[in-house]
Amino acid sequence: MENNYKKIIPIPQGESEFYWNKALQGELWLRKCNECSHAYFYPRDISPCCFSRDTEWIQSSGRGIVYAFSIIHRSPNEGFQDETPFIIAIVELREGPRMTTNIVGIENPTPDKLKIGMEVSVVFDKISDELSLPKFQLMKN
Amino acid sequence: MSNKIAIVGVGESDEIGKVPGKSSLQHHAEAAYNALEDAGISIDQVDGLLTAGYSSMVVGEYLGITPTFTDSTNVGGSSFIIHIAHAMAAIRAGYCKVVLVTHGQAGRSARTRVIGDAAEPGAQFEAPYGIINAPAAYSLAASRYMHVYGEDRTRDAMAEIAVATRKWAQLNPKAYMRDPMTKDDYHNSRWVAWPFHLLDCCIVTDAGGAYVITSADVAKDLKKQPIWVLGAAESHDHAIISQMPDLTSPISKNTGSRAFSMAGVGHSDIDLAMIYDSFTYTVLVTLEALGFCKPGEGPEFVAHQRTAPEGDFPMNTSGGGLSYTHSGMYGMFLVLEAVRQLRGETGERQIKSPKIALVNGTGGYLSSAGTAILSTE
Repeated sequence: MENNYKKIIPIPQGESEFYWNKALQGELWLRKCNECSHAYFYPRDISPCCFSRDTEWIQSSGRGIVYAFSIIHRSPNEGFQDETPFIIAIVELREGPRMTTNIVGIENPTPDKLKIGMEVSVVFDKISDELSLPKFQLMKN
Repeated sequence: MSNKIAIVGVGESDEIGKVPGKSSLQHHAEAAYNALEDAGISIDQVDGLLTAGYSSMVVGEYLGITPTFTDSTNVGGSSFIIHIAHAMAAIRAGYCKVVLVTHGQAGRSARTRVIGDAAEPGAQFEAPYGIINAPAAYSLAASRYMHVYGEDRTRDAMAEIAVATRKWAQLNPKAYMRDPMTKDDYHNSRWVAWPFHLLDCCIVTDAGGAYVITSADVAKDLKKQPIWVLGAAESHDHAIISQMPDLTSPISKNTGSRAFSMAGVGHSDIDLAMIYDSFTYTVLVTLEALGFCKPGEGPEFVAHQRTAPEGDFPMNTSGGGLSYTHSGMYGMFLVLEAVRQLRGETGERQIKSPKIALVNGTGGYLSSAGTAILSTE
């Protein structure tokens, strides 16, 4: 599977291994600061909000809204060139943090098929035996 | 004794645009040579070396400089405006007397391989989704602005900026893109990353630039009119685009107010604005952040070709990153144009007797900013 995958593959680091392992199991997990009770993204042991070491993992609902999006028509990377046009987005999760992702499930994307503020839910794109990428799709009404 | 600081020499590399065969370092060297010659300063007098992209060690070795003050601060294209503040601080603190700041990038023709750091958050959490270049990141921000302030008026503003900037480029013999551009040309250009058309995006060129900055004491005996630094400020508030606190409000809001305050001047005193135009959107949102207009009022501010040669708000008079040159970290060229305009050296595109210019660089993914206010007095 991985041999044919030409796009950029993330390399988990010590602080993010848990995140990627959970993604492989089909779950989205976030880091939360216990000092101010805010969840944050991307995962790191010491929180960016309070510079606190009192942090823990929480499972995200996997739901959120489209905060910003763009439709990529040109890419410098061969793997992505094969898939243009495709949608990149910033999703704001119900738990608060924002993360970048792809919105999937929209054929031949054009700006009229997607609006900022629309509700989305997480899906997982298994790109190898070791890795799944969290992506999002529009929620049905 | 005056503790004023002045830019006393500026230069580009010998040729800019499409220059096959010249490396990024060669662009550094040619620009350094030309800036020192412009100033009438010998390289032996240079005791401060600042650059971005390469380590200043690499540039120092190449040029034969052994500095007493060295700084390779690299926060993207804004770095060379931030270097003004660093040079000012170092000269005033007595670390050095004559500072050379260099840039060179064979953005178009470089023979190189880029190897990233897989541990950086961007490589893990953004690049795997295709967010691997500036158009991807900046277009996300622009979509948010359109959502908040209205798509049609934002689109009109982006077209105004693209067309106005091209008009300036037509007056600059060194500009890479000099063909006439209409608003229809803008709207009909292909999509790169919706909401960005091709003509929302800066060009990609090979170019180098350099300036020399020193104390009033040294400046008084040199060839050219010194251009004084009245104010300078720097900051950054994120690196990857998903972590930008507000996609419609870049950190220039912070650097702008501090630079104005240090300079002791107001917006109405600014005769020339040099605003980093990686994209049309960058200009729109930076004008607001700098306080030239309120958030969301940028479209009215730039309407009716106000920033074009015939308008009453001269901006990006070189033709900008959109049409003149954009080697990758373009900020250097904002400084060069501001100095030349203030000296009255810009020929056909010269604006009438400018006294004060504002230079604002943006780096990374709307991540960093440097603002400088320069003056003839």
